[in-house]
Amino acid sequence: MWEALDILTQANFWAATLRIATPLIFGVLGALLCERAGVLNLGIEGIFVAGALSGWLAVYLGLPLWGGVLVAAGVGAAFGLLHGVLTVPLGLSQHVTGIGVTLLATSLAYFGYRVAFPNVATPPRIEPFAPLDVPVLGELPFIGPILAQQTGFTVLAFACVGGLAFVLARTPLGLALRAVGDNPEAVEAQGLSVVGLRIGAVMAGSALMALGGAFLTLSAFNAFYFGMINGRGWVCIALTVFASWRPGKALLGALLFGALDAYQLRVQTIAGGVVPSQIFLMLPYIFSIAALVLVARRADYPRALMKPYFKGQR
Amino acid sequence: MHPDSRHPDPRPLVLSLTGITKRFGSLVANDAIDLDVRAGEIVALLGENGAGKTTLMSILFGHYIADEGSVSIADADGKLAPLPGGSAQAALAAGIGMVHQHFALAENLTGFENIVLGTQSLWSLKLRGRGARAKISRLMAESGLAVDLDVPVARLSVGEQQRIEILKALYRDVRVLILDEPTAVLTPQEADSLAATVRALAGKGLAVIFISHKLHEVLALCERVVVLRGGAKVADRPTAGADRATLAELMVGRAIPPRERPPSIPGAPVLSLKSVSVGAPSARDRLEDADLEVCGGEIVGIAGVSGNGQGALAALVAGLAAPRAGEALLDGARLAAADPAGRVAAGVGRIPEDRHRDGTIGALTVAENFVLETIAAPENQRAGLLRRAAIRARAAEAIKAYDVRCPGPEAAIRALSGGNMQKVVLARVLERAPRLVLAHQPTRGLDIGATTDVHRRLIAARGRGAAVLLISEDLDELFALSDRIAVVHAGHLSPALPAEGLDVRTVGLMMAGHGVGEAA
Ligand SMILES: Nc1ncnc2c1ncn2[C@@H]1O[C@H](COP(=O)(O)OP(=O)(O)OP(=O)(O)O)[C@@H](O)[C@H]1O
Ligand SMILES: [Mg+2]
Repeated sequence: MWEALDILTQANFWAATLRIATPLIFGVLGALLCERAGVLNLGIEGIFVAGALSGWLAVYLGLPLWGGVLVAAGVGAAFGLLHGVLTVPLGLSQHVTGIGVTLLATSLAYFGYRVAFPNVATPPRIEPFAPLDVPVLGELPFIGPILAQQTGFTVLAFACVGGLAFVLARTPLGLALRAVGDNPEAVEAQGLSVVGLRIGAVMAGSALMALGGAFLTLSAFNAFYFGMINGRGWVCIALTVFASWRPGKALLGALLFGALDAYQLRVQTIAGGVVPSQIFLMLPYIFSIAALVLVARRADYPRALMKPYFKGQR
Repeated sequence: MHPDSRHPDPRPLVLSLTGITKRFGSLVANDAIDLDVRAGEIVALLGENGAGKTTLMSILFGHYIADEGSVSIADADGKLAPLPGGSAQAALAAGIGMVHQHFALAENLTGFENIVLGTQSLWSLKLRGRGARAKISRLMAESGLAVDLDVPVARLSVGEQQRIEILKALYRDVRVLILDEPTAVLTPQEADSLAATVRALAGKGLAVIFISHKLHEVLALCERVVVLRGGAKVADRPTAGADRATLAELMVGRAIPPRERPPSIPGAPVLSLKSVSVGAPSARDRLEDADLEVCGGEIVGIAGVSGNGQGALAALVAGLAAPRAGEALLDGARLAAADPAGRVAAGVGRIPEDRHRDGTIGALTVAENFVLETIAAPENQRAGLLRRAAIRARAAEAIKAYDVRCPGPEAAIRALSGGNMQKVVLARVLERAPRLVLAHQPTRGLDIGATTDVHRRLIAARGRGAAVLLISEDLDELFALSDRIAVVHAGHLSPALPAEGLDVRTVGLMMAGHGVGEAA
């Protein structure tokens, strides 16, 4: 029994938590940015896949690692532009369009992979991000070993949390984004462009989502596999509600999910003989559902979420 | 055409509309309208519901694009320059500010944030701070529009939200201020203070365009009235020498017959409340220990500033809330539970305060909205299937009887103007010959024709022997209709006294809290 608690004291466990949480951080930030502006982006799952492939492929073809990150963000933004144009000025159903973007992006990524590598048995590899070498903190007990397993990509995720929180809370742009997700008429009446703000938010949010995918191929692993995203995007959509559309809470939700996932992996090896492993696999998802049930009832959805806005109509 | 052409007005022209035409499909919402406005002038824009007032102002503000015609506005040196259409940004830059009929506020932001929204580059790293605050404080002091700037707008009352809306315009140093039905949701006191503010602003040279259905306000505040009818300008005259009847006639195009109100013959009590409390004791809109009796054949008016307990009273009668304490009887039967369907079955006809939110379902047709409350009745369904033809036929009859102007029973009710929507609600309620009619703000936002119509119907229901509970903030309406009037303040309901013995001033004072709660 003590062994199960002992896991929490292992640096290894915390390092894994961060690793599992990083793509989710990007994903939740991206989703909440879109939703704050009033657009649900269910293209997230596919954008993860596209980001994973494009970032990895760019590095495989010779770009530096950070170049791959930029390529992934650009590809994400492009899918965001598609989703944005379809849902904002054209006002199509955000659900249907989002699912469509997911299907399109996933299929394009798999197709692109097959075209680039028609006959490979083992996936080609790249040299991924190297672990951090932090001067002073790296020497510390406990903290040191955790940091030594992280890469610059995870640092970027944390920076994005701070950056997005700052933009939303402290800048005119953040004010406009929050307003456009609550009442687009108010934004229009103050001389700002609803369409511009919303498309911009969806593009930026989708770029963040794509970074979540790229983290998997450029940092967590070193290759692209089919099915490697495995529902992470959907988890992010749920965590967005849990986070009540706040970057700080998004970080918390992602870390919680990461911790549960890391924990269940380790508990499996202890209790694996007694309890079927599938039960443990379910744990993080049960957490997501439970958290949603608890939080969603008083969730303060952006008022204009999923409501298309057409200028000059009532 | 201009009435002052012999004595030219010395004040400079700030705004000039020429030949503005706007069509929505085959509907001509604005028909070649010309309008000049001078600095410091307060111009009223009058017209029935759907006459095109908001459309015209939305064109001015760049929300709609005119099909024909042009707008010119004075620049900083006073020279008229054309205003590009279809851009709120251009309108704001040219000095036009608009307080929308349906507020344009982001409710998750604070008042301060709403005011500075869009007033600086989006790429700036720092939100406006002290300078902006100082300017807003100065504006608040000058205009008398005091309001807490640091709570989310969602938590402000409508009156406070409106102040934010006006400050938003003033903050941008507007030279033309459009107020689209600013007083429709204000209490009489708030409306008075708004009028004082507007007068002060005009005194400083601001041109104001004021839209309202309340003719006494228009007569008191504005120096000139422009009347639209069916999208066309039918009059442009000074207010001096006009009275309510002339203005009403200009708007409607015919004389409006005076209301007839035969003496009441009260019958047995239909609704009686004995020491009833409704709503949490901490809630603002609650009822404490209220006594009230409404008899068949009489109209009892409830006056009060909204949010003082009339919401709780209406919820109780409509079946949306149960009494927390005390005894509420409807025709002698106890109302113990919240049971909307039960109330309808027991003969309560409900005209809710917000016809868009509670009175109708926008996506459904007129006919469907007409049978909304009686969908299970045998005349509307058989074996769980709607009897569409029968419903449509009865709706068509009601449309005729209540003079609902709409394309037909199959039109989505959302497309109807407020007045016509209200007529559908009225038809639904009155067709069933209810024992008790709950009329909560039944004429808010309606034009004079529609208002008169609603009043006529309520008086007719009373004549038929129905008990009518009229909740309103409009004292004129209360005095015009009610046999007895009670005042609600901070959850306490005064005894209902015969209307003949009361005057507007006394009731106004009671609404502000004088003498309610104590023995009267
Ligand atoms: N976006 C729109 N699409 C279609 N029809 C419209 C639109 N806006 C207004 N209309 C129609 O144009 C006419 C004028 O509407 P408008 O809102 O200008 O009336 P109004 O004079 O402001 O009435 P109210 O007193 O009810 O506010 C109405 O018949 C209305 O139904
Ligand atoms: Mg209007």
